[in-house]
Order: sequence, then structure tokens, then C-alpha cells
Amino acid sequence: MIPLSWYMALAAILFSIGVYGFLTRRNIIIMFLSAELMLNGVNLNLVAMSYYLESMRGQVFTFFIITVAAAEAAIGLGIAICLYRNRRTVYVDEVNQLKG
Amino acid sequence: MNAITWATFEPLLPEMLLVCTGLVLIGLDLFAEKTREVLPWLTVLGCVTVLGMVLGERNVSAFGGMFLTDSYGVFFKVISLLSVIMATLMGEHYRRVHGLRHGEYYALMVFAATGMLIMASAGDLMVLYLGLELMALSVYCLVGMNKREAVSAEAAIKYFLMGVFASAIMLFGMSLVYGLTGSTSIAEIARFTARTGLAENPALLAALGLMIAAFCFKVAVAPFHFWTPDVYEGAPTMVTAFMSVGPKAAGFAVFGRVLVSGFPELQPHWGSLLAILALLTMAVGNITALVQTSIKRMLAYSAIAHAGYSLLGVLAGTADGLSATMSYLLIYGFMNMGAFAILVLLSSRGAHHESLDDYRGLAKNHPLAAVLMLIFMFSLTGIPPTAGFIGKFYLLRAALGAGYTGTVIGAVIFSAISAYFYLRVVRNMYMSEPEGELDFSYSPGISAVLGLALLGVVGLGLLPGTIIGRAASALLGQ
Amino acid sequence: MTAAPSFPPQYLAILILILFGIGFGAVTLYVGRFFRMSRPYHEKLVAYESGNEPTAEPRMRFSVKFYLIAILFVVFDVEAIYLYPWAVTYDRQGLFALVEMFIFIFLLLAGYVYAWKKETFQWEK
Repeated sequence: MIPLSWYMALAAILFSIGVYGFLTRRNIIIMFLSAELMLNGVNLNLVAMSYYLESMRGQVFTFFIITVAAAEAAIGLGIAICLYRNRRTVYVDEVNQLKG
Repeated sequence: MNAITWATFEPLLPEMLLVCTGLVLIGLDLFAEKTREVLPWLTVLGCVTVLGMVLGERNVSAFGGMFLTDSYGVFFKVISLLSVIMATLMGEHYRRVHGLRHGEYYALMVFAATGMLIMASAGDLMVLYLGLELMALSVYCLVGMNKREAVSAEAAIKYFLMGVFASAIMLFGMSLVYGLTGSTSIAEIARFTARTGLAENPALLAALGLMIAAFCFKVAVAPFHFWTPDVYEGAPTMVTAFMSVGPKAAGFAVFGRVLVSGFPELQPHWGSLLAILALLTMAVGNITALVQTSIKRMLAYSAIAHAGYSLLGVLAGTADGLSATMSYLLIYGFMNMGAFAILVLLSSRGAHHESLDDYRGLAKNHPLAAVLMLIFMFSLTGIPPTAGFIGKFYLLRAALGAGYTGTVIGAVIFSAISAYFYLRVVRNMYMSEPEGELDFSYSPGISAVLGLALLGVVGLGLLPGTIIGRAASALLGQ
Repeated sequence: MTAAPSFPPQYLAILILILFGIGFGAVTLYVGRFFRMSRPYHEKLVAYESGNEPTAEPRMRFSVKFYLIAILFVVFDVEAIYLYPWAVTYDRQGLFALVEMFIFIFLLLAGYVYAWKKETFQWEK
């Protein structure tokens, strides 16, 4: 049986790749993908822990996270399309009308 | 498996009614375009009904402790619903002036309210997350509502990316807590931590740190406040007003519940962490607000500063502290909504009139609007006898009682600094000559908001006992 | 939990399979280089499109309409995950769960009607 710590390490690595991608990339779509990667790290954590703790809560939580992530994807892409129609860009650095 | 019956759902009735209201609003908007004029009033009617139901709620723990209708939650539900009602009424005025074509505005408001109600009642991290996301997803859409305006889309994408990032961080913290304690129930986490002496476990501290960081994102506490000014400025004004009150109050509701009933043993750790963050937040908010020339942006920084004040009660971790934060958030809701309502009132088609210079000589031509703004600015500064003074007084006393003397001294100093930029608005209104003519009229919606806000600010200032008593009796199972 | 978890033996076969798979591919491709002749010319290097001339760049842009359809697909597709646990425990939940699921589907349907009425499914607007 694979020890729990391996799953947790994989989840932490996935999560960290997501954080790194979110902080370094400037394309909105890629930033959003990185955030999804972070969520998948969390999902892996929850499912592995749920298995080892023999409690269903973690898996139920994962269901909810997947659903919310889908809704988030829909809204995020919708806003990105809206932004692209207005500004012809999906790069955060070029989205800078608001500052001060 | 316990038998589930319809009676189990009774505590959820207000939330269900809100969802039904939202569906009806969408349906009417889609299929009966002529009814658009009544949509705001329908929304208000739904919210007031739910407010009545919420106030009559019994203290029940439903779904195995996942959903708690205790008086702590009820208090925050009242703040959230009031913010939705006032924002809807502002939307009614905005529709008259700017032609708000989107009927979805009201439905999204109602769905956001549902999310906030669920957050206030959450006794489980799962329910908390769902409520939070329901609120956040609705607000992302509301921010980007004016889809022809580039700044609106820009604010929405910034808020969205930051919000998603914060949620992911919060979830990672939650997953670690689940792994360590074997439960997602907030009460069960506290019991497990106390039983097994887990309080000093570094992994638990890290998990709590991640969750605190994410909550700080949501309520705009420095150093996680970067999104706030841009988003508040880019969003339509009534959405900004709503965001700075409702979601913030709901954020503090979960903040307080998770920290005080979930991790009471760790208070020495999170208390001192929050003391530093509160000080930093007040510093950033108040000092940056000094140099703003747009009132909307100034109010955004002021919202950051007020998040810092509100933290003073949470970090104390005591009954006094929590009740002080709760009553402060209610008072802040009234005065901030009032100030934003003046902004909405003064904006006209094509020109938003949000800069400080637009307020020059306002008292001469429009004495009523000027005197209302004066009262709200005094209250935001914390000058007696307005409610803002009472709220701040109780917060400072609670933090002092818990021994955070340094933070309290800082709060007083920054509060004094804040007088400069709030009173600058008053000076512009009363001691300058008018430059251009402002053309606006009072609609029923905006009059109702201003009346409600004035009643709150003056009423709570003169009779603070009612609200403080209610907040004090509404503590977390104590 | 042990301090340094050892490799679970029942997964050894999978590790060997992975190593063998990588090794086989690498070795055959590398060895092949010594035996085959290399004579590139234009027709050979052109992208293969079933014998037709390639007409556009491979990284072509898609119309934004595809994204809208994709968004709707994602939202409605994911909701199916709630149907599986419901279906598995259906016989133990009885009528109550059936009504619950109908309410859930009704809410989804409301979203569908909204999308329909907003002419999201209309290709040409």
C-alpha cells in the first residue's frame, strides 16, 4: 500500500506548481489553469486522506470542489472573453487602466 | 443512515426562499420584459420577508451540526440582508439614471445574499466553502456587469483571479485540517484539538495560517488587500457599496467562527498574528487614502482601514471582542452604504462625479445631500455622537481588555489621521465655491437608502444599548 | 507511519513496465538511426493531411462561439457527478432522494432555459 505521505507530497507538489504558475505567468488563461492545478492538489489531498481516515467527508468535499471549479471556469472564461472584446488582450500586464 | 424528512430542511427555509426569489426574478426578466420596473421592489420584498424569517429563527443545529442557526449567525445574516436591500434600492436609482438593462443584477444580488446567509450559518468547512463560493461567484459577475465598460471587465478579472487564488489557498489549509483532525466540522475540530493536544502541531499551525491568509484576502486585510482599490473603483458604484459591506461582514462571520469556535486553543498564535495584520491594515488603508483624489477610491482605502478596525475585536478572541466587531460591522454597513449612496445620487448619465473637486460647494446648491454626506463622513471618522464613535469605542475597549495595548494605540493614531481625508470632503462641500452645476434628483430608491442609513447612523449613535445588547447576547454558544 | 516509507512491493511490476517501455522506445529509435537512410525533400517534410495540401497554419484561431459552447458543456457535464452517488444509494434513500434529485435537475433546467432564451445556442446571431 502506498503511504499517505506520498499522496500528500504529490498534492503539495501539484499545489506548489500551481502557485508558481499563478505568480509568474501573465496570461489570464494560464493563470486560471494554474489555479485549477492548485485545486486539483487539494482534491488529491482530500481523497487520499478520506481513504486513509476511512471517512467519506473528504470525497464529498472533493465533489463540491469539482463542481465549484466548473462554475468558476465558466465565469472566469466569460469575464476573459468580455475583457478581450473590450481590450483585445488577455495579458494582465496590459490590463492597467485602474491604478493610483 | 438517519431518515431525512422535510422537517430537517426547516432551518434552511430562508435560504430556499431566497433561491426561489432569485429564480422568479430571472424568469420575469426573461419572459416578461415589461415587469422590469418592479424587479427591484420584488427583490426588496423577498429580502424583507427573509429578514423577518431570519429574525424569528430558533437556535437549531441542522444536518448534524453542518448548519447552525444560532444568534451569532442571525446577527450577520441581518447585516448581509440589509446590505442587499440597500444595494438593490441603489440599483433602482441607477436604473433610472444610467438605464440598467440587466435584470440579472437583482437575481445575482439575491444569490449573493443566499451565499452570505449560508456562510453565516456554516458549522462545517464544506458548507462554509459552498456559501463562500456562491457569494463570490455572484459578486464576480456583478463587478463585471457593465460589459461595455473596459474598467468593469478589468476589475472583474482582477477580483476573479485573486478570489480563485485565495479560495485555493483556503482549501489547501482546510484539507490539511481535515487530514489532521479527521473532520470538517468546526466544533469537532476544536474538540479533537483539545483532546489530543494538537494545538502546538506545526502542520496545524501552517493549515490555520493558510486559512487566515485566505480569509484576509476576502475581507481585504493587508498585506492581502492589493485587489481592493482597483476592484472597488472599477465596479459599478452600488456593487462597490455592496461589496464593502455584505461580503465583508460574511467574511468576518466565518473568520470569527472558524477562529473562535474552531481553534480556541491556538488563540495566542492567531491573536498576535492578527494584531500585527490589523495594525498594518490600518496603516496602509489610512495613509494611502490621504493622497487619493477620487472619492470612490478613497472610500476603497477607507474600507481597508475599517477591516483593520474590525479585526481588533476578532483578535481579542473574547466575547466582548466578537460582539464589538459584530456591532461595528453593522454600524459600518449603515455609514458606508450612506456615503456610497451619495456617490450614486450625484452621478449622472455619462459623468460619474467621483472626484473630490466635484464636491466643491455642494452645500450651497444641495444642502440636504451635503448634510447627509457630512454625517456619514463624521461617522466614518468616529466623531461622537454618531454611531461610528460608539462602534470604535467598543472595539478599542475590547482589544485593550485582551491586552493588545500597542495595537490600540496604533488604532487611535491612525483614526486621528483618517480625520484628515474624511473631513477634507466636508471642507470641500462647505468652504469652497461651487464650480459646475450638478444635476440630480432623489428617486424613491435612493431616498429610502439614505433614510435607512441616516436612521442607522444616528439611531445607533444615540441609543447604542439596543444593538450592543443584541450583539452581546448573540455569542458563539456562550 | 514509518519515517522513510519503503517502496510498496506490489507496485514494483508497474515500475519495471514503465522503465521497460521507456527503454524500448529509446533504444529502437536510437538504433534505427544507424540503419535507415536520410534523404529529406520538400514533399516529405510537409505536414501530412491525408494527401491534401495544408491550407492553414496548425495553430489556427477558433471562433469565440466555440468557447461559449464549451463553457456550457463544462457546467452541465460536471453536474453529472452528483447523479452517480445518488444512483448507487438510490434503493436505500427512497422517494425522498428521488424528489431531491428532481429539484436539482429542475434548477439545472432553469439554467438551461436561461441559456436558451439568451440565444447562446444560436450559431448566427
